[in-house]
Amino acid sequence: MARTISYREAVNEALRQEMERDPSVIVMGEDNAGGAGSPGEDDAWGGVLGVTKGLYEQFPGRVLDTPISESAFVGAAVGAATRGLRPVAELMFIDFMGVCFDQIFNQAAKFRYMFGGKAVTPVVVRTMYGAGLNAAAQHSQCLYPVFTHIPGLKVVLPSSPYEAKGLLIQAIRDNDPVIFCEHKALYDMTGEVPEDSYTIPFGEANVVRDGDDVTIVALGRMVSVAEEAAAELARQGVQAEIIDPRTTSPLDSDTILESVENTGRLVVVDEATPRCSMATDISALVAQEAFGALRAPIEMVTAPHTPVPFAQTLEQLYIPDAQKVANAVKKTMDWKK
Amino acid sequence: MTPTQPAQAAQATSGLDEKALLEAYRTMRTIREFEERLHLEFATGEIPGFVHLYAGEEASATAVCAHLDERDSIASTHRGHGHCIAKGVDVKEMMAEIYGRVTGSCRGKGGSMHIADLSKGMLGANGIVGGGPPLICGTALAAKQQGTGGVGVAFFGDGASNQGTTLEALNLASVWNLPAIFVAENNGYAEATAATWSVACDNIADRAAGFGMPGVIVDGFDFFAVYEAAGEAIERAREGGGPTLIEVKFTRYYGHFEGDQQTYRADEVARARASLDCLKQFRERVTASGRLDAAALDGIDGEVAGLIEAAVTEAKQAPTPTADDLTTDVYVTY
Repeated sequence: MARTISYREAVNEALRQEMERDPSVIVMGEDNAGGAGSPGEDDAWGGVLGVTKGLYEQFPGRVLDTPISESAFVGAAVGAATRGLRPVAELMFIDFMGVCFDQIFNQAAKFRYMFGGKAVTPVVVRTMYGAGLNAAAQHSQCLYPVFTHIPGLKVVLPSSPYEAKGLLIQAIRDNDPVIFCEHKALYDMTGEVPEDSYTIPFGEANVVRDGDDVTIVALGRMVSVAEEAAAELARQGVQAEIIDPRTTSPLDSDTILESVENTGRLVVVDEATPRCSMATDISALVAQEAFGALRAPIEMVTAPHTPVPFAQTLEQLYIPDAQKVANAVKKTMDWKK
Repeated sequence: MTPTQPAQAAQATSGLDEKALLEAYRTMRTIREFEERLHLEFATGEIPGFVHLYAGEEASATAVCAHLDERDSIASTHRGHGHCIAKGVDVKEMMAEIYGRVTGSCRGKGGSMHIADLSKGMLGANGIVGGGPPLICGTALAAKQQGTGGVGVAFFGDGASNQGTTLEALNLASVWNLPAIFVAENNGYAEATAATWSVACDNIADRAAGFGMPGVIVDGFDFFAVYEAAGEAIERAREGGGPTLIEVKFTRYYGHFEGDQQTYRADEVARARASLDCLKQFRERVTASGRLDAAALDGIDGEVAGLIEAAVTEAKQAPTPTADDLTTDVYVTY
């Protein structure tokens, strides 16, 4: 039975249900319980934005607070995953990958290949990404393309509460290392989510909206931005098809290519900076595999090639919005040889 | 020489029975033979990539791993062959891996710096200096959560003792009270840089105090000294007493990697080989105390030589991986 809950609650529920189902699932991270070593509450925070709140109470030995020591605890999660646990480590902000990246990309990602297919490392790194909270350059980035670049990692970008729950349960049950990227500006987004446990398979895009005129591929938070643009475009007689890849690794190229074969136009909407990004990756895919179907040059709507700014005026300019998406669509519609 | 009294003999050999002594000698001899042979084979140009030899350091891996069983896991370093052998990784598969053969421990996809056997609790030699200690916090955490009584042992070098990952792992192991043992193998040089220059304190073990755990210094050429220090730390860890940092001091017999001309150090190796060598000391100790006779040790020498010869011959004859292997083993499912 579905009911309306928030993206934050959906993540929490996925963790709770998997911890109930499988005793090998543990959760760790900075203040994931909160209050360790202090005289007050043992479950003071539930992570910096309260996503894991309440889990400690139900699973006291399995929700571990950590020192601010990302290399050590992300590495510990990786090591524990090789010995029968299914750890979910919270890397508070994706920007902090800089202090623990080795354990993710040189260790976890490579074990299976380097060790000749004999390693299984079922670790999940949950991490918050994205701009919109005026958290500035070191707390707001969209670094999922960096993870997507690394063979051996799976990378997940839930765009709604429904996706968040189903994809996280899949991530925990998955036998490969998964980077699970939660957009911090989506935590209060609400939507219908089944109470029962369910999984959403990786590598299967969601066609959020059907349309024959243009294909919009949007990632994470940009899915709702694309929907807003599509509603406006529909009033003007342009029907956009919106595709949410849901996972950037693996990437469902078939669904994207089939859509472009039908529409002949592609706009990629990605909050990440533009170089070596999902926007360029998907554009290259379509240029290579569906060149003959294109009726206009591909458009990319992305952040500029800058760090994320602090001032509200600048941050609003930085993040792609519905108007920019609509403009890009119109450009593809109006294009003439 | 007057035979030593039984009690004294047992004390001189850390109370190990004959079988355990023979096993320890066989492991050390196997590592030495493996590395000495690689030294020769590498010079022929037949071995791809880089190898970092453990010769001279055998007592450390052997004495620590003598306390371990299938509940326990270890993480290793660039210089990982000795740790692999001591934790029971198949020697022939290791040799085949170093030759880049499909019959290797990692099907030829890892090489010397990545030999692993997770079924033996060996989490891999590691190409990243300081890569292992955080992983061992995890294996120790798993053992603690599962209540197996197992421990995790991170071997790392003097170079890795300066890495943030190592220092973070020491702290986390203490904070979580993990059954973890950190074995700092101080062979005097990180690549070509002297530990006396790169390590800011007198001893790596001194750093233990900063992480609230015992720090112990042992002579790495003395198998029994390492055995006793490791035994105490491992027993404490198994009983819930938390982590220990053990600094093992010795000299490596070869360069950082094969081909290293070692212009940065004087000839300390010849001296070490002549007077301090762990195999030499072990042999003298067990024969002088009357625990083993030289013939038994000679017999092991012969068997080990045969094993390594066979390992090299078989590795050279084994097939190399093919195009079909290039893109497999990246994911469990994708």
